[in-house]
Formats: sequence, structure tokens, C-alpha cells
Amino acid sequence: MSDASKEWPLWEVFVRGKGGLSHRHAGSVHAADATMALEHARDTYTRRMEGVSLWVIPSAQITASDPGQADALFAPAEDKIYRHPTFYKIPDGITHI
Amino acid sequence: MDALATTALRLGDDALILGQRLGEWCGRAPALEVDLSLANMALDQIGQATHFLALAGAIEAQGRDADALAFHRDVMDFTNCLLVEQPNGDFAQTIARQFLYAHYQHLLFERMATARDARFAAIAAKAVKETAYHATLASDWVIRLGDGTEESRARMRAGLDWMWRFVDEMFVMDETDDDAINAGAGVDKAALRAEWDARIDAILAQATLQRPPSRRPVLGGRQGRHSEHLGHLLSDMQFLQRAYPGATW
Repeated sequence: MSDASKEWPLWEVFVRGKGGLSHRHAGSVHAADATMALEHARDTYTRRMEGVSLWVIPSAQITASDPGQADALFAPAEDKIYRHPTFYKIPDGITHI
Repeated sequence: MDALATTALRLGDDALILGQRLGEWCGRAPALEVDLSLANMALDQIGQATHFLALAGAIEAQGRDADALAFHRDVMDFTNCLLVEQPNGDFAQTIARQFLYAHYQHLLFERMATARDARFAAIAAKAVKETAYHATLASDWVIRLGDGTEESRARMRAGLDWMWRFVDEMFVMDETDDDAINAGAGVDKAALRAEWDARIDAILAQATLQRPPSRRPVLGGRQGRHSEHLGHLLSDMQFLQRAYPGATW
């Protein structure tokens, strides 16, 4: 086993596919610092013209919700269909909504 | 061969041999991400080689395409500079080679992108973006390793020491280069040296490294006088096309 404490830290990579779209999570890379993380993200996740912009964030900086609390957090939304904007009539002339 | 064909061949050979060398790291790099960095640079170089060798074949008009020039010439017919054929060594030695060559290549393509000959200018205009990234990536690694641990610093210094003898050859001008300039395709390589020196020195300063001491330069690659390393590289690279000529997949 390699010594985990000597591994480069992990960074999460977000790629903007093209102008106007939001950055989406693409995966992760190991890197010693932010500069190296951007280079590794570029070389790992944009080799096939996937992106026009990159974000990298130290994985340790992400606070995630607790899977054990998934029911308490997300189940209550299941029967609240009135929160979806599906009860409005969309005028005929509007095509992109 | 006329001057333009030879010029295209030299550019193609530099890129081809460097690409093959970088490709040798595939699956062996210090980290998965670095493996991809090196493979990406290798593929950029192979792409440039394909364009320049195809152009050399077209100008020569002897029926040789890029593959024929890459896989069916012997070692003394290769015109790459000696720097690019130097063995990978450890990661620092590979980075040293990449650092010294990428800055030269970037300056060269910057000038060539505005050449009168549209064929050379078009290839250079595409390649200059690739080499800009190679130069940045290699420079970042020189700084990291040079200004890193005692061991990384010693390795970076040893890598630069190994490669330094082959620097001068990149900037040597000969009759072919002069004829190519007159024909609207060449670049005055000797005139790139001052800016190359400035760029290299700036990075070495950040890396807290000294320039290796000047040594007697080793020359001859452009005339086909190569180190023993190139023959081994070619036997690996050319094996398949030599054993199965024209094989495709």
C-alpha cells in the first residue's frame, strides 16, 4: 500500500461545456496545488473538446449531506407536486421555456 | 531535396521523435494525471509531425507520404536535432528536455505563423497554441522540482545538466535555413536565442536553479549524425511498418 499521507490531495473538477451553460461536475484529479489541479483537469477532462472553462475545488472543502438523513431531507418533497410549475397555461407563441 | 522540403522534414522529424519519446511514458508516469499530460503532449507532437512530414513529401514529390517518411527511413536520414532524441531518464530529465525544447518550438512557431508561405504558416498557427501549453506545463514542473525537495532539486539539476549540451544546435543556421527564409517559409533561428535565454532564465530564477555551465555544444542531428539513442527509438517505432509494410487498422 502506498502511504496515503504522501498522496497529492484530491480536487473536484467542474467543466463548462460551452458559453452560457453552467459548470458541471466532471470528476476529480490529484494535485499538489490549485495550479497543478487546473493543468491536470485540463489534461484529464478536456481532451475531447469537452470544455471552455474549468473550476477546481479541494474535495475536502465540499460539505456533503448525510446519506443517513436522505429521507428526512428529500422525501417530504415527493408529494408536493404543486411546487412544480405545471399548472400554468403556456401561451402558444412561447417555444423555449 | 530542396530547402523547403528539408525545412519541413526537419520540423516534422523534431516533432515525431519528441512525440515518440513522450509516448514512451504512457502507463509509466509518476501519477495517472501526469501520464495523461505527457501523452497529450506526445499526441500534439505526433499531430505536428504528420502535417510537416506530409508537407515535406508533397514538396519533394517523390511519392512519399508522412508514413513513408516516418517509418521507412533509416537513422542517418533523420534530421531532428539531438535534444529531442535524448533518453527520457527520470521524470526530471524528461521535463528538462521538454522545457528547453518547448520554449524554442513556441518561439519558432510564433514567427512561422506569419510566414509568407501559407502551408508552413497554417501548421505553425495551429501548433503555436499547443506548444504554448507545453512550455507552461514544463516550466511549472521545472519550478516545482527545482524549488522542491532536496531530491527533486538534485534530479532537476541533473536533468538540465544532461540536456544542456544539445541547446545550441537548436539555434544553428545553415544554407538550408537561409534558402527557406528567402523562399518565405523559414525563420531566423539564431535570432530567437536572446528571447529564449530570457524566458529560460526567468523560469530558472523562479526554480532557484542556476544555468548549467556552458559546455562544448554537440551538433550534427540536422545532417543525420545522431546519438546511439535514436537507432533504438526507431527500431521500436518502426517495427510494425517494417515487419508488415502498409499495415493499417
